[in-house]
Amino acid sequence: MPALVIAEHDHKSVKPATLNCVTAALKIGQPVTVLVAGLNCASAAQAAAAIAGVTDVLQVDDAAYEHFLAENMGALVAKIAKGFSHVLAPATSIGKNFMPRVAALLDVAQISDIISVESADTFTRPIYAGNAIATVQSKDPIKIITVRATNFDAAKPTSGNAPIKKIEGAGDSGLAKFVGAELSKSARPELTAAKVIVSGGRALGSAENFKKVLEPLADKLNAGIGASRAAVDAGYVPNDYQVGQTGKVVAPDLYIAIGISGAIQHLAGMKDSKVIVAINKDPEAPIFQVADYGLVGDLELIVPELVKAI
Amino acid sequence: MKILVTVKRVVDFNVKIRVKADQSGVELGNLKMSINPFDEIAVEEAVRLKEKNIATEVIAVTLGPQACQDTLRTALAIGADRAIHVVTDIELQPLGVAKALKKIVEKEKPDLVIMGKQAIDDDCNQTGQMLAALLNWPQGTFASKIEPGSGSVKITREIDGGLETVELKLPAVVTTDLRLNEPRYATLPNIMKAKKKPIESIAPDALGVNLAARLKTLKVSEPPKRKAGIKVPDVATLVDKLKNEAKVIS
Repeated sequence: MPALVIAEHDHKSVKPATLNCVTAALKIGQPVTVLVAGLNCASAAQAAAAIAGVTDVLQVDDAAYEHFLAENMGALVAKIAKGFSHVLAPATSIGKNFMPRVAALLDVAQISDIISVESADTFTRPIYAGNAIATVQSKDPIKIITVRATNFDAAKPTSGNAPIKKIEGAGDSGLAKFVGAELSKSARPELTAAKVIVSGGRALGSAENFKKVLEPLADKLNAGIGASRAAVDAGYVPNDYQVGQTGKVVAPDLYIAIGISGAIQHLAGMKDSKVIVAINKDPEAPIFQVADYGLVGDLELIVPELVKAI
Repeated sequence: MKILVTVKRVVDFNVKIRVKADQSGVELGNLKMSINPFDEIAVEEAVRLKEKNIATEVIAVTLGPQACQDTLRTALAIGADRAIHVVTDIELQPLGVAKALKKIVEKEKPDLVIMGKQAIDDDCNQTGQMLAALLNWPQGTFASKIEPGSGSVKITREIDGGLETVELKLPAVVTTDLRLNEPRYATLPNIMKAKKKPIESIAPDALGVNLAARLKTLKVSEPPKRKAGIKVPDVATLVDKLKNEAKVIS
């Protein structure tokens, strides 16, 4: 039986995490079908059909899926899932929201946040904020899986040519209604896809200072901007900047942690970065234990100097 | 409005765990255990709704061994009115827990169930969504604001791109994110009072659900360690290393 990947998309194009999720699905060794559920989502379905390795695309076009409400997505995927051995979705705020509903409706376990496929029924996943890795086996007839995108390469987005089949939705539950969204607008690269991330902590002291110190460096490096929980809690930046166990998990080529002490919950979100630089005034800060290059000193002096030197 | 909150006893968030030498699991002996931080936020939110006279009763529920009574006492000290403890020593996984909670919800008939979005031990992030699906209720996960109305509740959710607001028909399940509130410290008088509040113990058999684990943990291993880095003396050396050694900037 084939594996089903639930595409994450904005109705026009597929989000990068979908490409990583397809790679995870291909590792299982079965053909891969992608479901694109949205509203006026024909071009997203075409984008899914072009992903290398995808055999089929199912497209559902219905207002019930415009905002990916978990109640509607869960019912739809549970209905379709019966023809598949595995159902995979990226472990994003959308995938994490509806996939456990699918699992419960099918009376099977969910395997959250996998970082490798060992075989068709065995997977690894981080537990305890990534301080341990569990190898888990599922004997359920359908495996419901969310995928940590940073641990799988992206499938090629353009070389495939899968047929697209339109199918019926499962209706609107009537239980929940989308009211609105306040999305951060930024010309910077998305955190989970950025090659370079400049990240700030509580030591920045204020929202103004966070901007003043970090933005010139991020501009220079074309970097995404992240933050520790402490900086988000203090209101320096919005919640979607948070990197960590319960925020975003990132793995850029270069992660520059500025004024971040390095709580285990923060390290959980960034320790797979290729190169980590830490700038902190406390030489004992735990961040230095994971940093490739550490610089001890006053961030107010070091960061502007770094901007000039790059 | 009656509110049910769920709590889990986990290794304290400040403790760095160790993997057992035989890879059978994580060494838990003698570690400090606490209420799961997201569940503490859930209890706090329910108690605040009671203090605003929106909630009439707050019931805390847990599943697990006898020692989980401590976690329920913490919830009662924050301000929950009473507690239910499903006493079991078997390994619990989200689907089984959701099924047990469904039975308790059917008996207690709360209008709102508030749960932590994930437990910081297994990091599953599943139980709230599963409970909602089993009950055919709507869900508001990763909540940073809960605004009850009449017959519905408005939830602001922390999502990857920012914030989203949804309106849910009651009854509903809500799971908490970090910014929902800052839990209070329980005062000594409240800790003393909590000792007198009732905890009902239930055997899993009485609920008639199968709690058996579905996923088999084959092994638990250490994550790959990063090799120790170096401290550089100045910005010039750092830039040189990034350009010529790590080759991550040009």
